[in-house]
Amino acid sequence: MAEIIIPTPLRKFADNQATIAVAGDNILSAIEDLVTQFPDLKKQIFDAQGQIKRFIRIYKGEDDIESLDNEKTAIEADTVISIIPAIAGGAN
Amino acid sequence: MSTTFSKAELERYSRHLIIPEFNIEGQRKLKEAKVLVVGSGGLGSPVLLYLAAAGVGHIGIVDFDVVDDSNLQRQVLFTVEDVGQSKAATAKTRLEKLNPFIEFTVHDTALTSDNALEIFKDYDVIADGTDNFATRYLVNDACVILDKVNVYASIFRFDGQLSVFNYVDKTGVRGPHYRDLFPSPPPPGLVPSCAEGGVMGVLPGMIGTMQANEVIKVITGIGEPLSGRLFLFDTLSFETRTMKIRKNPNTAPVTELIDYEFFCGSGHEEQEEPVREITAVQLKEWKDTNKAFQLIDVREPYEFDIANIGGTLIPQNQIEAQLDQIQKDQDVVLYCRSGNRSADVLRTLKAKGYGNLYNLQGGILSWAEQIDPEMAKY
Repeated sequence: MAEIIIPTPLRKFADNQATIAVAGDNILSAIEDLVTQFPDLKKQIFDAQGQIKRFIRIYKGEDDIESLDNEKTAIEADTVISIIPAIAGGAN
Repeated sequence: MSTTFSKAELERYSRHLIIPEFNIEGQRKLKEAKVLVVGSGGLGSPVLLYLAAAGVGHIGIVDFDVVDDSNLQRQVLFTVEDVGQSKAATAKTRLEKLNPFIEFTVHDTALTSDNALEIFKDYDVIADGTDNFATRYLVNDACVILDKVNVYASIFRFDGQLSVFNYVDKTGVRGPHYRDLFPSPPPPGLVPSCAEGGVMGVLPGMIGTMQANEVIKVITGIGEPLSGRLFLFDTLSFETRTMKIRKNPNTAPVTELIDYEFFCGSGHEEQEEPVREITAVQLKEWKDTNKAFQLIDVREPYEFDIANIGGTLIPQNQIEAQLDQIQKDQDVVLYCRSGNRSADVLRTLKAKGYGNLYNLQGGILSWAEQIDPEMAKY
């Protein structure tokens, strides 16, 4: 199964786990499996229109999925998917 | 006439000068460089210390803030004696003792859309060690408009991010900038700040020294700057990843500075519903007059142990599972650290039919300031 690395700010919505094994043959189905396992993650990742929020980047390996085939990017059993949020540090 | 070095400088920088790839040419480029460090806090402290030590000829420091006790766990430029003093001015005094051969300019002001271009224009490289999204977008946009390199670092709890934005490589190709990576900021409150979410004190030390190293690489031209790549460091697992950042063809050209508080604030998000509040002074009166009410602390147990004003501890994420603990036949006051989380809980409970709720305005911090000065503010 492919693996999704959960960034620290979102881990509280995923039982504080750093990585989650997911089923699926492309990025979208993998993330849908993730939010099925952890429903609280859904509104953190998707906007009201069902699109991935613009302050979150999704990577397959080292590549931004926007440089591949977006949510339709195919994944394999050894794919590592990263969710990368913007962080600012310090004050709010 | 090329830049020269005194005997004292040559001796000071000798460990640089004997590196074949660096040598006196690298040191000369450092001495001729002007670097602006935006923020002299957790990231800015190591960046400033190492750039000053390394011999960057002119260093600007932008910071409007004063040193606070809670800064000393990570902002290693400052000491107990500096609490309450200007960070930028204190940093200059400290750094002049470290390296008397270089110049400093203090910008003891908040960076804004009105002053950013004027401040940035005299510098070659900008190091972004700021602590909020509004200033990060401002720094980025000013760098794009003025054609400056933006050496970026950011931290949260145990995680760090690092990149070099708007860098033109030796072949003349310009790399991506911050908006290519994150076109828009998260809504306020979604990503906890260091004040709410915390940061490991060592983390900005590690990420900030890497940031200083990238500044030095950009100035001297040695190595491959972290342009077009995003370095991620999870210090808990010691996992590092370097991701590719591409220039996004959909990124709108940056032609002018905007209202960044609006851009990053409530301007593009729905305003949250106001909640009924009680002040710390009013709450004290309720306590003193033995008024019947329930006090609920929605923070985490480890926060309760730092400081509390009593009441029932029901952490925010357990509220809905413990509704039977919440009184319906008397007033209920909710509190947290600063009033944000308890306001969220109040809205959740109000939607479930609770009409007897008050939010402690300003949270326990307000209680510490107005009622109990002996209470630790965290």
